[in-house]
Amino acid sequence: MKKLCASMAVIGALFMASTARATPATDELFARYKSEGATGFDAERGNKNWVKESKVEGGEMMSCTTCHGDDLSKQGKHHKTGKVIQPMAPSANTERFTDVKKIEKWFKRNCSDAWGRECTAQEKGDFLKFLLTK
Amino acid sequence: MQTKFKTALLAAGLMASGGTALAEESFSQWMISLTRHKEVKPVDNKAYKDECSGCHLAYQPGLLPAKSWEKMLNEKALSDHFGDNASLDADTLKEILNYAVANAADKSYYKRSRKIALATKTGDAPLRITEVRYIKRKHHEIPEKMIKGNKDVKSLSFCNACHTKAEEGDFDNDTVNIPNYPKWKDR
Ligand code: HEC
Ligand code: HEC
Repeated sequence: MKKLCASMAVIGALFMASTARATPATDELFARYKSEGATGFDAERGNKNWVKESKVEGGEMMSCTTCHGDDLSKQGKHHKTGKVIQPMAPSANTERFTDVKKIEKWFKRNCSDAWGRECTAQEKGDFLKFLLTK
Repeated sequence: MQTKFKTALLAAGLMASGGTALAEESFSQWMISLTRHKEVKPVDNKAYKDECSGCHLAYQPGLLPAKSWEKMLNEKALSDHFGDNASLDADTLKEILNYAVANAADKSYYKRSRKIALATKTGDAPLRITEVRYIKRKHHEIPEKMIKGNKDVKSLSFCNACHTKAEEGDFDNDTVNIPNYPKWKDR
């Protein structure tokens, strides 16, 4: 009995982990980014870009973590306004990555703010792939 | 104003004639709306509330005159909004601009908005609420260390750091609480 419970838990955990990896919104976006020229998406590349420091603002190097923090399951904070940003990890915030328009809007804004340019379809897809593992 | 007066008479009349629960309710609602009109109209447009609360408090349109909103709420200005990209799609932007202009300080009958309208009547359209003379004057006694030097405030722009009811459009002295300092009123 104990063994059965344990294996059920493992299967359950696996199942949950795999469902956390996509939403209808991200499926739609992955397809869109591919149609815009991106080839497969890579969470590791997404992770590297996420922490990459590029632009200096107010004497501070900017990266995605400047506002989102180092632990994606925790709240972040806008570096200028101090406004609390809800966790990016879908495991901590089920509303994340469920709205195509919202995702695209914030990519557009935050890529310009952190990198000084818009992100490519490839970069956006890699980010999503990375964030969905959290 | 006229209808308010009539409502008041009606409410008073009903209360005098035995005071039904209904009369009391509408009377207290009238009292509440009267005190509210002293402040700034709370945001009552969903697009505005959702989009303009993304990075800070959704500042009530009644805090700036229409000419300021027109200067701020267009595609070009929003792509460099105080150094941030706050761009919106065309339809949402149109709704938000219309709402802001229709409820701007110079279109509002709320008391504080009237004062802001008066203070900004002449001269260039301010882009910041914190540049408006009336707002500056209200805060000039507060020492810098309580604002810039205060890690939980950082700038006068973040009204809701100190005004505990800022989201409801209430900026009354009685609801102010500067973080990390004793209550302002008991100074
Ligand atoms: C992407 C983030 C972002 C979004 C979205 C945003 N803002 Fe801002 N806003 C800022 C920043 C950053 C500042 C400047 C804060 C500072 O003083 O450093 C600011 C400042 C302001 C100020 C001036 C406050 C003052 O008096 O100092 C107003 C007014 C304002 N925003 C209105 C709006 C409106 C209306 C919207 C919705 C269309 C909006 N903002 C959406 C980031 C944003
Ligand atoms: C550092 C904290 C702090 C911040 C941030 C702040 N205020 Fe105030 N505010 C005060 C204090 C304290 C008073 C009372 C001043 C006094 O009575 O001497 C006040 C007074 C006011 C008053 C007059 C209230 C009355 O009863 O007459 C208005 C209006 C007001 N603030 C609006 C704003 C707006 C709008 C913002 C944001 C753009 C803002 N404040 C940001 C602390 C703050």
